[in-house]
This record gives sequence, structure tokens and C-alpha cells, in this order.
Amino acid sequence: MIEIDAISKRYDGVPVVDNVSMVIEPRTVTVVVGTSGSGKTTLIRMINRLVEASEGAIRLDGEDNRSIPGYELRRRIGYAIQGHGLFPHRTVAQNIATVPGLLGWKKARIDAKVEELLTLFQLEPKTFGPRYPHELSGGQQQRVGVARALAAEPNVLLMDEPFGALDPIIRAKAQEDLLAIQKHFGTTIVLVTHDMNEAFHLADKIAVMDKGGVVQYGPPAELVRSPATPFVETLIGDAERPFRLLSIAKTGAAAEPGDADGAPISEDRSQQEALADLIWSGRDALPVISKNGVPMGRVTLDAILKRAARPR
Amino acid sequence: MRAWAPTILRGLLLVVLIAFLLSPGSFEPLLKPLVQQNAPAIYNQGSLLSLALLHLRTVFIATLAATIIAVLLAILVTRPFGTEFLALSRSLVNIGQTFPPVAVLALAVPAVGFGEKPTLIALFLYGLLPIFENTLTALTNLPRSVIEAARGAGMTNFQRLMQIELPLSLPVIVAGIRLSVVISLATATIGSTVAAKTLGEVIIAGLQSNNLAFVLQGGLIVGALAVLIYDGLSAIEGMLARRTGSA
Amino acid sequence: MCQHGPGAQASGFFIGGESLIGRDGLRVRFDKLGIVIALLAAYGALWSSFATLKPNRIVQGKAGSMLDSLPAWAGWALIGVLVVAIAAALFRASPWIKLIAAVAALAALTLSIGYAATFLTPAGNTYARVSPASGFWILLFAFALLAADAITRLDPPPGMRVLFLLLAAVAIGALLMSGSWNGLSIMKEYSGRADVFWVEAGKHVELALGSLFAAVLVGLPLGILCHRVAPLRDGVLNTLNLVQTIPSIALFGVLIAPLGWIATNVPGAAAIGIRGIGVAPAFVALFLYSLLPVVANTVVGLAGVPRAANDAARGIGMTGRQRLFKIEFPLALPVILTAIRIVLVQNIGMATIAALIGGGGFGVFVFQGIGQTAMDLVLLGAVPTVVLAFASAVVLDALIEMNSLVPNGARSA
Repeated sequence: MIEIDAISKRYDGVPVVDNVSMVIEPRTVTVVVGTSGSGKTTLIRMINRLVEASEGAIRLDGEDNRSIPGYELRRRIGYAIQGHGLFPHRTVAQNIATVPGLLGWKKARIDAKVEELLTLFQLEPKTFGPRYPHELSGGQQQRVGVARALAAEPNVLLMDEPFGALDPIIRAKAQEDLLAIQKHFGTTIVLVTHDMNEAFHLADKIAVMDKGGVVQYGPPAELVRSPATPFVETLIGDAERPFRLLSIAKTGAAAEPGDADGAPISEDRSQQEALADLIWSGRDALPVISKNGVPMGRVTLDAILKRAARPR
Repeated sequence: MRAWAPTILRGLLLVVLIAFLLSPGSFEPLLKPLVQQNAPAIYNQGSLLSLALLHLRTVFIATLAATIIAVLLAILVTRPFGTEFLALSRSLVNIGQTFPPVAVLALAVPAVGFGEKPTLIALFLYGLLPIFENTLTALTNLPRSVIEAARGAGMTNFQRLMQIELPLSLPVIVAGIRLSVVISLATATIGSTVAAKTLGEVIIAGLQSNNLAFVLQGGLIVGALAVLIYDGLSAIEGMLARRTGSA
Repeated sequence: MCQHGPGAQASGFFIGGESLIGRDGLRVRFDKLGIVIALLAAYGALWSSFATLKPNRIVQGKAGSMLDSLPAWAGWALIGVLVVAIAAALFRASPWIKLIAAVAALAALTLSIGYAATFLTPAGNTYARVSPASGFWILLFAFALLAADAITRLDPPPGMRVLFLLLAAVAIGALLMSGSWNGLSIMKEYSGRADVFWVEAGKHVELALGSLFAAVLVGLPLGILCHRVAPLRDGVLNTLNLVQTIPSIALFGVLIAPLGWIATNVPGAAAIGIRGIGVAPAFVALFLYSLLPVVANTVVGLAGVPRAANDAARGIGMTGRQRLFKIEFPLALPVILTAIRIVLVQNIGMATIAALIGGGGFGVFVFQGIGQTAMDLVLLGAVPTVVLAFASAVVLDALIEMNSLVPNGARSA
């Protein structure tokens, strides 16, 4: 659990982050969104003390993050940034081994960890371990960057626009991978982005920042249903609202008893995908199946449209 | 085929240089036409080999000292503690480069007397500048994301310096050393005007006795040493740069 | 761990507040460079001697402190000025104040050393020599450092920098003309050779500027040729690179023979001043050294012209020649000017070596001084060389900056 308690950061008296308080639950993905200059990057950099707060406190599992030196704190918190920041003079394996090395792990343990992570990120350890970063593609570099951040098995992973430099296809894949990894390790992830689609796709909770303050902090659906300020409304976008709602709900939740014809849809696809399928195939209802392929009923166009309507 | 030519030429140059230093006598017929009758064609007031070694030793000591001090200074002014000195140190490097090596050499004599010492001081001071300038450029132009990542990984300032900043700056530092060495090799010859034992002795003896062969052999040995060392350091630099992916 | 109570918050404020005062207080009050300058100045003033009195020009002398070298009032006045200047350096203040303090200290030092010479020289003794001792040089360095730092922080526009240089030149000129330095050893060396000094100064400038001029005349077309004819580029640049590795004294010496041969065998060559020894080989050697920077930077400058600019020029129907003079050349000018700066500074320094082969220049005094172990004579050669090189660097830097600042459209309009 990360407790952010009335934290502020001022540069020459000008507040960049102004009196922000929020609690981040363990094993969740929290996405901080906002325009550039809203203070979102500064906020997460205060969690691992790359920026020292002017006021307030941040506690990790109840322990003040200033109770140990900054560098020791940072070894316990994963950190991944835009443009990956890989060390160009170290091989992929050496890059991933950075924090375990700093922590003084035994060589065998480090090697095992590197191999595990490379395999997890679908990079063949024998092929990719000895390569230098400049020999990898952009998507591979980004994966190594995240692998490096996870190498010391941190409870918390901070990510600052980690997918900002990737093209849309690789970015979508990287987002899927991240969710899978998060489930695998149960890591608490705090991610900064200005891409609302990314935020809705990844977040358990979204914090919207504007001019140094958090204007709304809650589950994605809540932001769509009751935006706290006009700024949040603008950020979500009028034309996007219904689709945002559908994008964060699973098809299974809209399933009802009954039959339908044609190709089925899996219960864990989003309702937005179900809608797209319905429109594209010109049907009124789709059969829904569970993850193991057991029929669960159907989902109708009507039901989906109702769910996309403004909540009363 | 063409790519090999420079390497073969360098190898040949090295072989000829070593042969000349070990047995200058056998090259006498080549240089004989350049001198008047009865005048010696090969330097006869001392061993060319030992002068070349002394020349190299002087340059090596001065460059080593210059490298240590220049890199330390560049590190100092790029730390938070020394940022106040950063702008000034840049201007000082600019001003320092306008000091001619001969002037530095001549001005060192009153302070330390004749011999190897003023030469070492002049070479040291003049050698500082390119190394300092290059180290400074390298340390201040490192990719931000890499430095951020190093901090984020929990490296202490010292670990970041030793494991990330210096290794990444190494190719550019070596380039500075290379410039410095080439300047020093040539400047060391002038050291012989203040009685330092370098290959400059051969050239000056030639100038005094109007012996073109002396001037030529002294100059060519220094030139050959400079070319070989320059190429050697370029190769090291290229190797380091390739490893960091910057080449 | 619990920090929610009002008490905890108050203590948090207290800690924050104190560290703020402590840290910023130190920053506001003291300047780190000021501390270095103060230490240097203290060492120069207290633990080193100010001026040396020698019975004659080549023997060891007796060094004395400021108060030994000056009458009491002047000694204390100098110390007063230095203390105020050190104070200005030590505390954080506007760069202008620091610059004024540095200039005041430098002026006090230069006037005092001249006065010390008059004061120390026994009346009627023409053999005794007074020269600045280590303390003077350390103090001079310390306050020059302060001035350099102040000017760096002011970051004056190029025109202003040249103005500063002119002011300094006028001040030094006035100092020398006033005769207040006439008692100093270096000026005694000068007064004995005033005629020769200006002849050699002329030769020095002639060598440095003449070889630069020749190098630009040959190097520019050669650079343009190398830019246009790619196969030529590597060969020319590598050859010129090789020339750079030959030590200057050797190159000077090696050129004696062919030039001597030309002088005796080519009719009319001797008449236009070509000789085996003297100015000719030095001139040719400096010319050869100058070629590499000029050619290389011309190539780099032309290669750096944006493709789009060239394409556009071609698109509106410029001929090759028009493109070269109206587009490529103006855009490459700052890089070419940088080469000229490098060459000029380098040539001014290297021209001192010409003295070894009878080429004249300030090197004459340097090498004569070394030969006679008369260090003041060395200074008479070295100081003007350094001043000349420094001044040309300042002027050319200003020129380069002006040329890269002026928008290209404005220049051609």
C-alpha cells in the first residue's frame, strides 16, 4: 500500500504538486493522467524520491519513504521510463542484473532471475542476453527496460510513460504483456500517461491531475459516470464516453440466458469489442462462451446499448 | 583489398621505425645524399633509441598526469557541488588554448629551472585542455534517460559515476587523450631548447650544424611515433564507441 | 511514524524552515569560487613574495613581501584594495560588482609593481633589476580568474566583449606610456631593444597573418574542390593530417634545403625574399600547418548545408556558382571562421619557433632569454605572444558569434 499524505513540491515557491493525498491499494494498477505540466511525473518521482517532497509524507506499507537513504529506497522500487533508458555499454543481461547486482545477490541467483525474466518477456535468453541494447528493436528495448525494473522483485513498479515511444501495434502488445506480468507477480503498479485509451485499458483506478492537484481519483467507470470537474470531462471526451464505459466492462457481465447464432465471443472480451462484433456482423445477439469454451448464454445489442447509456 | 592497405602501411611504418631505431647505421646510404661530405648522416651524439624512449617517457608521464587531473577536474565541475565552476572552467579552457606551447614552456623555466621539469610542466598544462574539454563535453551530454534510469535503479552518486557516466564517456575521453598526445609529442621536441632529453636534440643539432639528415630523421621519428600512437588510440576509441552503440 | 498531529506538522515545518535558512543562507552569503580566490589571494599576499630585487639581470635575487617592496602607505593601500576586492569575491553579489572589484584589484597590482620597482631600485644603480615575484603572479591570476568568472556570468554580447578588450588594451597602453613600469626589469629589457622589439613584432604578425592569408587563399578553393569531388577528399585530408604530426621545428628545418635550392637555382626567387633560412621556411611551414583546419572546416561547413536549402536553390533556378556564393558559402561561414580562429591562434604561438631558424618574431627574445638564463627577456617574448593570441581569439570568437547570429536572409538582403 502506498499512502500519499498531503504531499507538495515547490520549485522556487511555485507549486508543481500541491497538497496531494491518495492511497494506492496493493496489487492494483493505478494510472495517473493529466496534461503535460500537470505534475503527474513529479508526483510519482516523489514516491521513489527522485524528487524530494517540499512538504507531506509518503508511506510504503506504513513505513515513511524517508526512513532509509534514497538510493536504498529506489533499489526496492521498480522504475521504468519512456525511451527505456537502457545502459548502452552493458548487455541486455547486465542491464537486467543492475539492481540485483547493487543489492549484492549471488551470481547464480542473478543469472536465474535474468533468464526467468527474459523468458517471461519472450526474449530467448541465449540469443538476447549477450546482445547490446542498440542491437534490439524499439519494442524489445522497451521490454528489457520493464524486465530490468522488475529484476529485484519489487512490490511497487513506477512507470513514467513507458510506452510513449512505441508504435500503436507494439504498444498494444506491451500493454497486454504488462497486465499479464502484473497478474503474475502481483506488483503494485503506478503508471503515468497522457493517453486516455491506455489509462482506461490498464487502470484499476485513475487519478486525474490538473495544475498540480488531483482533481479526481477513482475507478475508470466512476470518471465517466460522474466527472468531478469540466477538465475531467474534457479529458475523457464527450464523443468517447459511451465507448469508454463499454471498454472497461467485460462481455460476461452483460450476458443473459438465451441463444444466438453465429460465431461466439469470449466472456473476458470487453463490451466494446462485443458491440463492434454485433455491428460488424449485423446481428442482434452474440453467443457468449466462458474462457474454457462453455456456452454462457448470449449478449444482445440492446443490453449493450443500455449499458453504454448515461447512468441515472 | 583497399581496406587492408592502411593497416599494411601502418605495420610497415612500425617495422621501419623499429629497424631505424635499433640499427640506424644501416639506413646511412639513404640519408647520405642529404649531407655535405664528411658530415655524419646518422645522429652521432647519442643513441636515437634511448632518445626516442626518453621522448616517449616524457610524453607518457605528462599525459598520464594530465589525464588524471583533467578527468578529476571535469568530474568535480559536473557534480552538484562544483556546478558554480562549470561556466568558468569552460571559459578557462578557451583562454588556456590561446597560450602557445612555447610560451608555456618558456614561462615554466623561471619557476623550475632547465631540463625535463619545464618540459613536463608545459606538456602537462597544454595536455590538460583537450582532455578536460572532452571529458566535460562527454559528462554533460550523456543521454538523460540513461542517467534517470541509473538513479531510478538506486545507484548512489558514486556508483552512477563509476558504472554509468565514466564508462559511457570513455570513448570521448580517449579522443581527448589522443589529441593531447599528438600535441605533446611535437611540443616535447621544443623541450630540447631548455635542455630536456628528447628527440628535439637531434633536430636542434641538425639546425645548428646545418645537417639536413639530422633534422629529417628527428622529425620523421617523431612524426612516425605520432601517426602510430594516433592510430592506436583511434582504434581503441572506435572499439569503445562500438560497444556503447554510439558508433 | 505517525505524523498527523499538529505537533508533528509544526516540527516538520521547523525542520524544513531551518534547512531552508541553513542551505540558502550559505548560498546567499558565500560564493564557492570566491573562497578559492580568497585562498589563492591570501597565499599570494601572505606566504609568497611580491617583488624580487636582483643586483643584475641574470643572478638570483632577494624577494620581499608587499610591505617590504613598497613604502608603508602604498603597501597598506594595496592591501586595503585587495581586501575589499576579496570581500566582493567572497560574497554573492552582482557580476558587475565583481568585475569592478577585479579590475580595481588588477589595476592596484599593476600600478604597485611598477611603483615597487622605482622604490626598490637604489638611486643611480643601472644594473639592479626588479621583477615581479611569485606572489604577484598568483594575485594577478586570482583576480584575473575573478574577472573571467564575472564576464562569463555577464555573458556579454560579442560587440561588448570586443569593447572590453579594447578598454583593457587602452588601459595597458596607458600604463606602459605613463612610464610607471619603466623601473621594472621587463621594461628595461625592452628599452634596451625597443627598435628590435617592434621589428620582431612586425615579423611575428607578418608571419602569422601572412601564412593565414595564404592558407585561406589556397585552402578555401581546395576545400570547395574536395567537397565537390568526393574521391579527392580522403587523400587530401589524410596528407594534410600527416603534415600536422611532424614537429614544427623539424618541418621548419626540413624546408631549409628545398628553399635554399630554389633560391640559388630559380632566377628571381632570391630577389623576392626566398632564402634557405629565415622567414621563408617558417612561412611555408606555418602555411602547411594552416591548410588542414581551413580545408577540413570548409568541407565540414559545406557538408553541413541543409539539403533542403540546396534543393530549394536549385528549384528556383540558381546556377552552381550562384548556389555556392549565395547559399552554401554564407551558411558554411561560421564553421570556416572557426578554422580561421584556430589557425590564427596556432600560428601566433608557432611563429615563436621561427626564431630557431632565423625567421624572427617574438621567439627571438624567448630563445635569447633561455640562452642567457635571463627570464625577464623570456617574458618580453612570451607575454606579447600570449596577449596577441588571446586578443585574436576574443576578436574572432566575437566575429564567429555575430556571423552565426545574423539570420541568413538578413545578410543577403
